[in-house]
Amino acid sequence: MSNPPLLEVEGLTVEFETYGGVVKAVRGVDFTVEAGEVMAIVGESGCGKSVTVQSLMGIIPMPPGRVTAGSARLNGAELLGLEPKAANAFRGKEIGMIFQDPMTSLNPTMTIGDQIAETLKVHRGIPGQQAFESAIKLLEMTHIPEARKRATQYPFEFSGGMLQRAMIAQSLACSPSLLIADEPTTALDVTIQAQILDLIKTLQAQDAMAVILITHDLAVVARTAQKVCVMYAGQIIEHGSVDDIFYQSAHPYTLGLKSAMPSNIGDREKSLNPIPGSPPDLFSPPLGCGYAPRCPHAMRVCHEENPPFFKDSNNTGHAARCWLQAPNAPSVPELYQSNKIASDGA
Amino acid sequence: MIKTLALKKHFQLARHQTLHAVDGISLEIAENEILGLVGESGSGKSTFGKTLIGLHERTSGDAFYQGEPLPKKFTAADHLRYSKEIQMVFQDPYASLNPRMTVLDIVGEGLSLRGMARSEVQEQVAYWLSRVGLHPDHMSRYPHEFSGGQRQRIGIARAMIIEPKFVVCDEPISALDVSVQAQVVNLLEDLQRSMGLTLLFIAHDLSMVRYISDRMAVMYLGTLVETGPSDAVFFSPQHPYTQLLIESNPEPDPKLERTRSAQILTGEITSPVNVGPGCRFSDRCPKAMPHCSNETPEPIAIATDHIVACHLYR
Repeated sequence: MSNPPLLEVEGLTVEFETYGGVVKAVRGVDFTVEAGEVMAIVGESGCGKSVTVQSLMGIIPMPPGRVTAGSARLNGAELLGLEPKAANAFRGKEIGMIFQDPMTSLNPTMTIGDQIAETLKVHRGIPGQQAFESAIKLLEMTHIPEARKRATQYPFEFSGGMLQRAMIAQSLACSPSLLIADEPTTALDVTIQAQILDLIKTLQAQDAMAVILITHDLAVVARTAQKVCVMYAGQIIEHGSVDDIFYQSAHPYTLGLKSAMPSNIGDREKSLNPIPGSPPDLFSPPLGCGYAPRCPHAMRVCHEENPPFFKDSNNTGHAARCWLQAPNAPSVPELYQSNKIASDGA
Repeated sequence: MIKTLALKKHFQLARHQTLHAVDGISLEIAENEILGLVGESGSGKSTFGKTLIGLHERTSGDAFYQGEPLPKKFTAADHLRYSKEIQMVFQDPYASLNPRMTVLDIVGEGLSLRGMARSEVQEQVAYWLSRVGLHPDHMSRYPHEFSGGQRQRIGIARAMIIEPKFVVCDEPISALDVSVQAQVVNLLEDLQRSMGLTLLFIAHDLSMVRYISDRMAVMYLGTLVETGPSDAVFFSPQHPYTQLLIESNPEPDPKLERTRSAQILTGEITSPVNVGPGCRFSDRCPKAMPHCSNETPEPIAIATDHIVACHLYR
C-alpha cells in the first residue's frame, strides 16, 4: 500500500442544469482504486454511480452537466476539466470503458473488426491491416469463436453476449490500466452473465488491470469485486472490502439492500423486506443523511446533519457515513442481528 | 385450473424457415398456485404465456382453462369473455401503458368496457390504486409522471381490477431496482393470497422465482426440461441444463462465490429456426450421449411431481 493509488478521486461533485432546477447528482465522492483490484460501485437507479464514472471519462454532456468541484487523478495526472484533445488522449488508451447496452454502444455501420482496429489506429498509430489483425487476436482473447469471420461482420449479426465480448475486446485494445464497466451484464442472461464476469476477472488478473464495476446487483458484486463502495443519493455511504460490506454491513441502507433480496442460503424462507419509501429528491438534497427518511433507526441528528465517515475500529478501511457508527451512538441490536444471520449462512 | 397439451407456437419466417418458439409444452397449473417459468432469452417463455391466453394463435396442441378447451384463435368475443378471468402483467412498464391515457382510463378501461358507470369506475380505480400502494389522487395523472416501480403497480392494478382468476406475469420485475423488486413481489404475493389467484410468473431471475413460486418449470429452446416443486428444482436440479443454470446464478455471498468454479456452460442458446429431433440441449450438454442428438427425451417423473426430460434418467 506504499505506492500511490492508480486512481484517486476527491470531492467529486457533479450537477445538471434542468428546467426544474439544478440536480445535484454527485455530492462529494471520494475513493481510490489500486492497480490490479476490482472495485464495485453499488447503488440503485439515480444514485449517481454512472454519472461518477462518466465524469472521470469526460463523457458527461456539458451543458447541462458540470463538474463543480473535486479532482480525479490517474497516476497523478488530473482527469477532470481537460480540453477535448487531451481527454481523447487518455480515453480508450489509459481508461477503457464498457457500457450496459452493447447494441447501442457500437457503431451499426462499421464491422466489428474495423471498430476495434480504429482504437489501435487512433491511439497507437498502427497501420490498417496490422490493426485489423490485432483486432482478430483481441476477439480471440475474449473467446469469440471464428474470430476472423466475426471481425468482418456487423453488430446486428452478433448476439447480446457476443457484442459485450466484442466491446470488452475493443476497450482492452490499448491495454488500459483501468477498465470501467458500467452495468456490463444487466442486459444479459445469467449463464452469459457468468461467462462475461469470468472473462473480465481472467483478463483483469492477467494484466493486473484495475476494474471499476458499476452494478445494482449485490450478487454480481459478491462474485467479482474485492472492494465495494455503496452509493446513495449522490454520496458514498459505505466502503470497505467485499467481506466487510457483506458480513459486517455498517450502514442501514446496505443492510436494507441485502434484506430486499431473496436468500437461497441460510434462512431460505426469509421474507423479502423492501425498503419503504423512495430516494430523496436531488433538486434539493436533504440537510441530514439522505437515507434518514427511510431508515428504521433514524435519530434526530440524522435529519439535521449529514454524517461524516466513521471508521471501523479494526482499521481495515471499512467506513460508513452513519451516525449509528459514532462512538457515542446508541447500539442497535437488530443491526447486529441481521449481520449475524448473513454470516451464519455462509 | 390451466392445462396445456403439446402446445406449439411456430412462426413462419420464410418458406423453408420455421421458428419453433414453443415446441410442445405440456403443463398443468393448479388453482391458487404460483408457477414460475424460467429460461434464457429466446427460450420461448413469454411466447408460451402469450399463446396460452390467446395473444398468439396456437400452431397446434390444446389448452384448457378450468377443464374447458380454449379456442385456437381468440375472436374479439373470446377476448372479452376470457379477459374477465384471465389477465396479464407485462414486462416493460414504460411500453405497456398508453402515454396518452390517464391512470384512471388505463386502470378503469376493463370495467368501462363492461359497461360500468363512470362514477363507479372511479371509485373502483381509487380503491385499487390504494390497494397497490399508490395514492388515489394520482388517477388524473399520465404514465410519464411515475417511476418504473409505480408504473408496474399501475399495470398490476389494471390487471387486478377485473378480479381475474388467472394472471400471467411476464417478467414483471426485471426492469426494476432491487428494493423496488421486493416491493412488487410482495405486492403480487399479497394479492395472490387475498384474492386466491393462480399465477404464471415468467422471469429469468432464478432466486426471485424460487422465492415466489410453489412450482418451477425450466424452459430451453421451446421445450420444458424440468418441472417440480421450486425448492426441489433449485436445490437439487436434475437436468444438466438446470444444473448449469443454477450454478451460473450468483449469490450475494462473497465467501460462497469464491468457492465456485469458473463457468462451465460455454456457448449460447442455439437458433430455434428449423430445429431437428433430439434433445435441444445436446449440443452444449457436458453429459451428452450419442443418442441425445437424435432421440427426443420423454418427460420422466424422478420424484413426486418432479419431472425431467433427459435421457440420463431413462
